[in-house]
Amino acid sequence: MIRALRSFAAFWYDFLIGDDWRIAAGVALALAVTALLVYLGVSAWWVLPVAVLVLLGFSVWRVARTK
Amino acid sequence: MGSWFLVATVFLACAVEAVEALTVVLAAGVTRDWRSALTGVGGGLVVLAAVVAVLGPALTVVPLGALRLVVGALLLVFGLQWLRKAILRAAGLKELHDEAGTYARQVAAAGRAGRQRRLAVPDWYGFTLSFKAVVLEGLEVAFIVVTFGANQGHIGLAVIGATAAVVLVTVTGFAIRAPLSRVPENTMKFAVGALLTAFGTFWGAEGAGVRWPGGDAAILVLLAVIVAFSVAAVAALRTTRVAPAPAETP
Repeated sequence: MIRALRSFAAFWYDFLIGDDWRIAAGVALALAVTALLVYLGVSAWWVLPVAVLVLLGFSVWRVARTK
Repeated sequence: MGSWFLVATVFLACAVEAVEALTVVLAAGVTRDWRSALTGVGGGLVVLAAVVAVLGPALTVVPLGALRLVVGALLLVFGLQWLRKAILRAAGLKELHDEAGTYARQVAAAGRAGRQRRLAVPDWYGFTLSFKAVVLEGLEVAFIVVTFGANQGHIGLAVIGATAAVVLVTVTGFAIRAPLSRVPENTMKFAVGALLTAFGTFWGAEGAGVRWPGGDAAILVLLAVIVAFSVAAVAALRTTRVAPAPAETP
């Protein structure tokens, strides 16, 4: 039973988070910062595109560094 | 513009996953039993259709702002993962998907497994092999169909794109009776990753309350920037890999 639950959790983790959890965490953080800036009345359209490029670049760089 | 992108993204994503599922189904059918393998395919498609049928209408009742925030985040994570893998494969840092190799491994494994009849299925191994391949490869596409379609208000169009890809891959695969190893899977994954990332960024930010400069046209700019950055990343990683190590000074 516990093994089945673990497999189930592992499947959804792999499905939703993938190989690099930092990407999912970074996306969540960037969206939160965007929402906060909008709430404060600051123009925030640039936050997510910048975050996307930084997250993608950092993620592939980390793999390249270890090869 | 949005509808065209919707169909193209779903078609490409579905075609890539269908090629991967087809490889396993062919191995199950050729080495085990076609009836069991095809029953597994049918069962898997029913599960995926149920996911779309249940989640699709459920998402249409969610307020648009909240829907765009959640869907944007989900598509963005999916897109970045697809793009990351495509960049690493294009740069030679990760092995390209080898359908012929996967097929050979599946055939060898299927040949060793025992035969067991269950629930009117002549060969349970062949059934589960096909069923799992279809469900696991198709679940992400089902999510893309539902989320992308609901956000655009065109789940029907997304389903058409997905169905067209499945039919094309299936007909081609069964016509040549071999894994589709010549399909440029990584290029397709690259394109899908870029499209999902661009739309995920656009909708996610809109859901968080952003008003994009230029309105919907911002999607095209985002797509261009993401593609340019990814191509540059591949070039940079390739250069880094082939650059000779500096000679040690005594």
